[in-house]
Amino acid sequence: MQKRPPVIQLINLEKAFGRQKVLRGASISIEEGKTTVIVGASGQGKSVLLKHMLGLLRPDSGQVLVHGKDINRIKKKELTRIRSDIGVLFQGSALFDSMTVFDNVALPLRERTRLDESAIRARVEEKLSLMDLNEIDGKYPAQLSGGMKKRVGLARALVMDPKIVFLDEPTTGLDVRKSKEIYRLFFKTQTQLGYTAVIVSHDAPKIFKLADYIALVADGKVQDCLSPEQFQLSENPYIKAFVMDTMGKIYFGEEDPL
Amino acid sequence: MGASTDMRRLNVFEALGDLTLYHLNQLGRMGQFLVRCLVSMFLPPYKLMPVVEQIHFIGAMSVFVVAFTGAFTGMVLGLQGYYSLSQFGSESALGSAVGLSLIRELGPVLTALMVTGRAGSAICAEIGIMRNSEQIDALECMAIDPHRYLMVPRFAAALICLPLLTCIFDVIGIFGGYVVGVKLLGVNEGAYFVGMYKSVVWGDIYMGLIKSVTFAVLIVWICASKGFFLHLERKGGFGAEGVSKATTNAVVLSSVAILVFDYLITAILL
Ligand SMILES: Nc1ncnc2c1ncn2[C@@H]1O[C@H](COP(=O)(O)OP(=O)(O)O)[C@@H](O)[C@H]1O
Ligand SMILES: [Mg+2]
Repeated sequence: MQKRPPVIQLINLEKAFGRQKVLRGASISIEEGKTTVIVGASGQGKSVLLKHMLGLLRPDSGQVLVHGKDINRIKKKELTRIRSDIGVLFQGSALFDSMTVFDNVALPLRERTRLDESAIRARVEEKLSLMDLNEIDGKYPAQLSGGMKKRVGLARALVMDPKIVFLDEPTTGLDVRKSKEIYRLFFKTQTQLGYTAVIVSHDAPKIFKLADYIALVADGKVQDCLSPEQFQLSENPYIKAFVMDTMGKIYFGEEDPL
Repeated sequence: MGASTDMRRLNVFEALGDLTLYHLNQLGRMGQFLVRCLVSMFLPPYKLMPVVEQIHFIGAMSVFVVAFTGAFTGMVLGLQGYYSLSQFGSESALGSAVGLSLIRELGPVLTALMVTGRAGSAICAEIGIMRNSEQIDALECMAIDPHRYLMVPRFAAALICLPLLTCIFDVIGIFGGYVVGVKLLGVNEGAYFVGMYKSVVWGDIYMGLIKSVTFAVLIVWICASKGFFLHLERKGGFGAEGVSKATTNAVVLSSVAILVFDYLITAILL
């Protein structure tokens, strides 16, 4: 099978905030049309890694290549073009808090397409009903629960039918059923639309079923990016420890005292 | 001992250099920000509705406070002017004194200060909160230019509203001076208006206009960029406190800038 060139490539990224070195030579390749799940303990720099892929943060050294081009070197116009194929769900949802749910989801359509208001309404309502949000489209983000905000953010990320989707902890704060549903939905739309997905998640091992590749962030580096099967068998000490922690009970037959 | 004082001295210089670099940096990004905003204001596509909304907020909602300030400024000018001028027996010059000081100085400056307090602070807080909660990042990721989407309507609205508000201030101020000078203190009505009519020339109105347009740019520029670059503040622009500090700074800075530019424009145009 011929391997397609990676859509996104991070090469030896280093990033420090003040004295704190968050990334110390992180490298990863994201393959087109595949789902790459980034796992790792809290505060290890997963969100920072994602923000570099989006060009929101500038690395101290290293390169971020999107479609083979360094996004910190290209013109603003080209960056805008790259971003117009991208959908993002931020960890904190980042909804526009002075707009209703409907206007939040409609904003990219209003600003970036020439659709008329009725076509926009149709598309927004379709996405909102996918997320089970029809009844609240007149509410403001401050009036929603955390899980609802996540779903609104997800609807907004998917409304332009992007080619690359970044989801930063899409199910944190959701109950088990809802998060299952979101992953099911996500799987369905991904097989339909074939987009590339980068997901930060704490839902190991559940998320392994969905993932084509799993990358572990630890110690300022991407330890490795492997298929789920290889990931579970990896000899890398960080990955081994992670697998033990999350799946110990299932795979090693140990009793979990909790 | 000697080494440690050397170190300290070095640290002082280091800190000074740091501070200088920080401020140069800030000036640079604010300059870039201004250029970007002004350039995208003149490039299509033009959207009317957001500008109208901002005109409502910056302009329409400031009318009352501007009219109120204008009335009292004019009245106090009438009072002060009358007592100063009557010492030289030239009360008849009251109209020209009130008119000139309002149109050339007080109208544009006080209007701008009122708008800074009312709208500038709100602009800074709103943009700052958007920065803090990643809403500006979200805009950028949606390929929506925050300069165009957030800033252009505010700049356009301020450029339209400030000259108009200044006119309102001037007219009501002149009327306030009239009420106190003519009605209360008995200056001749004809002298008040004819004196004003003779002494105020087109150049004075032009100067007031230039000032109000300049102040419009200054207010939105300083207040919006303080919010926009909140995350780059040196002492941490985080949370509610970060926003409130930035807002205070923005109001102080733009008030000072208004007074400094007032002097500069006067010095150049006189
Ligand atoms: N804008 C920032 N300024 C300073 N420190 C930051 C910033 N963003 C992230 N960090 C730090 O980087 C580290 C990694 O953060 P993050 O990527 O959010 O972790 P996570 O893996 O949980 O997503 C944290 O220790 C955090 O304090
Ligand atoms: Mg995170």
